[in-house]
Amino acid sequence: MTVPILEVIDLHAAYGRIEVLRGVDLAVPKGAVMALLGPNGAGKSTLVKVISGQKAATSGDIHLAGVHVKGAKPDDLARVGLCTIPEGRSVFPNLTVEENLRLMSYAGVPAPAVLDTAFSYFPRLHERRRQLAGTLSGGEQQMLAMSRALASDPALLLLDELSMGLAPLIVDELYDTVARIAESGVSILCIEQFARTALRVSDYAAVMSNGRIVASGEPGEILATMADVILGGAA
Amino acid sequence: MSSLFAFTLLGLFTGAAYAIVASGMVLTYTTTRVFNIAHGAFGMVLAFTFWDFTERQGMPALVGLLLVLLVVAPAIGWFTQRFVARGLGEGPVSVSLVVTVGLLVGLIGVAQQVWPPAPRVVLPFKPESGFEIGDTYVTAHQLITIACSIAVAGLLYALLNHTRIGTAMRASVDNPELLKLFGGRPDTVAALSWAIGISLAALGGILLTPTVGLDYYALTLLVINAYAAAMLGRLKSLPLTFAGAMGLGIAESYAVAYLPTDGFWSTIRPVIPALFLFAVMIALPQAQLRIGQVKGIVTAPVPSFRNAVGWGGGLLAVAAVLVAGASTADALLMGTAATYAIVMLSMVLLTGYGGHVSLAQFTFAGVGALAYAKLDEPNLWGLAMSAVIAGLVGALVAIPVLRLTGLYLALSTLAFAVLMDKMIFQQDWAYKFNGTLQTERLSVAGVSLGTDAVYVWVMVLVFVLVGLGVLALRRGTLGRLLIAMRDSPSACGTLGLDLRWFRVGLFGLSASIAGLAGALFAGLRGSVGAADFLYFQSLLMLLLAVVFGVTSVTGALLGGIALMLMPVWQSDHPSLAGVLFVLVGFGAVALGRDPNGLANLLFKVGRLVRDRFEPQLRERLDGLLPQGGSVDLAAAGAAEVPLRTMGDVSDDAAIEGSVR
Repeated sequence: MTVPILEVIDLHAAYGRIEVLRGVDLAVPKGAVMALLGPNGAGKSTLVKVISGQKAATSGDIHLAGVHVKGAKPDDLARVGLCTIPEGRSVFPNLTVEENLRLMSYAGVPAPAVLDTAFSYFPRLHERRRQLAGTLSGGEQQMLAMSRALASDPALLLLDELSMGLAPLIVDELYDTVARIAESGVSILCIEQFARTALRVSDYAAVMSNGRIVASGEPGEILATMADVILGGAA
Repeated sequence: MSSLFAFTLLGLFTGAAYAIVASGMVLTYTTTRVFNIAHGAFGMVLAFTFWDFTERQGMPALVGLLLVLLVVAPAIGWFTQRFVARGLGEGPVSVSLVVTVGLLVGLIGVAQQVWPPAPRVVLPFKPESGFEIGDTYVTAHQLITIACSIAVAGLLYALLNHTRIGTAMRASVDNPELLKLFGGRPDTVAALSWAIGISLAALGGILLTPTVGLDYYALTLLVINAYAAAMLGRLKSLPLTFAGAMGLGIAESYAVAYLPTDGFWSTIRPVIPALFLFAVMIALPQAQLRIGQVKGIVTAPVPSFRNAVGWGGGLLAVAAVLVAGASTADALLMGTAATYAIVMLSMVLLTGYGGHVSLAQFTFAGVGALAYAKLDEPNLWGLAMSAVIAGLVGALVAIPVLRLTGLYLALSTLAFAVLMDKMIFQQDWAYKFNGTLQTERLSVAGVSLGTDAVYVWVMVLVFVLVGLGVLALRRGTLGRLLIAMRDSPSACGTLGLDLRWFRVGLFGLSASIAGLAGALFAGLRGSVGAADFLYFQSLLMLLLAVVFGVTSVTGALLGGIALMLMPVWQSDHPSLAGVLFVLVGFGAVALGRDPNGLANLLFKVGRLVRDRFEPQLRERLDGLLPQGGSVDLAAAGAAEVPLRTMGDVSDDAAIEGSVR
């Protein structure tokens, strides 16, 4: 078996004295899309923060493509190919669409190429390239955020709650984009509360509850057992 | 007509220099959210450095200039961002204000220590050359200044709009965490903007030095001009800042040209930036509340009323012993310390509890002293009126800022302090230029407090009473409102609290406490003058208040004593006068992040000691005391029991009543 693109081993993290991650073990194979599901307060977003370097872990290890990266800074990780799209609208509201796109070139792809990719995927953004990102609609802002994942050609993409606050129709469109990114060979860890939408595009799924991974497997099995896992107190 | 043209040109020249200074300040503020009050002070220190390079070490002017602008200034900017300003932008505004005021005072100290007062001249660039435009003579220096400002404007525009790092600068204001996820480095971006900002402060300072002179304070106060200019663009827009700076420069130039050279109007010139500032501020629209921010700090514990009275009584007893044995000079010093301590109590209320920073607290004391001297009623009525007048003046300062946020309030108090210092206090009906006013000692109910000892003790008594008052206020509803307002203005807004007038009232109350202190000080001295209430004193006072703890009455007392000791120490070691400012300034930089200050450390030590030794002490006391003691306690407890049940009964009755 090849080295997984992301491997998390017995990861612990805490806010002050309150422990949120209590020994998370997770592996995302190269080129796979993994959905991470779970109820509110399970620690999903904290896990993203720790993997992306925004928050320090108390113990445990993180490997990206076999390299130990625990304690690395978020900007360094972003430059070597980890693309994190955090919860909420991850755009700069007071910059124009074009300026937002230009900043994406920090990840290593030159700015003209970024603009090119983004505008060919989302022609709507081209129409609005001189508009402030804060004045776009929620769906358009999320498109802009996804442009980073599309254009910067990451090794691993972390998506946190893509669907938050969006109409179901737009969520479906966004997940089509996720599927398209996955086809280009990018590994994706995708965090979602709406299980069905996420499972549609994923190869594997894991369920998190109370700071641990409580189930993992094929999307079909997870969908069948998820209600039990979350509601039935498997934790 | 030609004179109008000449003065407009002169105005454009000063305006261009202001624009350079102001754009640097706006750049650092917009990219790091730290308003650098020491911006002018950095310009001052670097103008001195430039003098040192060119005049003392004899470098050619251009080499010296490039060395300062491209090496020294960016290095200082980088260093400041790295070790002082990092993370300040996310904290409460009051913290970043205090830290930069600390920088200001520290830098003045550095300048005084490295370049002791002596006449120094910085020549304008190319002093001999100039041009005739019509019949107006334009010096090369003026042209260079204007060219520099145009170049600065162009370069900043290109940097911010057409480069990736410039875009990242603007992005890091919105969300530095997200910028990191993009792969950008907010720290590098902030360091760059500080480096550019300080470099621009240096350029502006050097260009203005031939006109304003190489002076510690005049160049430091450039920050007010810059701030006034930047206000036009709400501290954000660079083009409007340039417009504001030009407008300010021209206004100053016309004031010189067309206002009478004697009487009241002649005093207006130095305060035009302050007046300009207030005018712009009144015209600004309401500031929006920022949501999603809770900037609370853990404050020092509030003592119980019994504890406070006990310590107050103890302080009075100690003061009585000290005063009785003190010489006149020492008693005066103690009185001065009490004055400072009372003014610091006003800061405990305003800054410690309310989270607002005032840079003019001692000016309000000056207003109180002025009122006391002018009323000429040396009794409690006169004292109370002085406090009320100072309070009204304080409210007057706060009203224009009513619709804006705490940062604007703090900065306008600095403008106000300079306004009072340079204009109002100098008027014939006030202290007069270099003059003093005679005052009489206070008399209470016909009994004059003539002797120094008694008077000083009464001042300590006032301190204790005001301190108890401040603590009582903190424990009550108002106190809770204060804390709520400080921690989250937007949450208060959603609860329907109108904070605007509350803020004016708070500011007025705090000013009136300061005014009370000033009135007492006037009575103590017997004669007061404008020189007793320099604006710089307010800055020192704020710093010491924060160093010793601006959230507790104890901190105010310690701070007052320290501020009194400062000039004493300074006159003992005149050669080290600057070092003291450096210590206070950089001390505040180091400790400014924790406004609970040294007093809170003292409390912690006290609690530790008590936790450690109290059980042992109790044990021994129990062994010594006869059994009767505990019986008494039980009896006291028993006496309370019926009261409680009565209370319960009435509660039950009330509930039943409401059910029916």
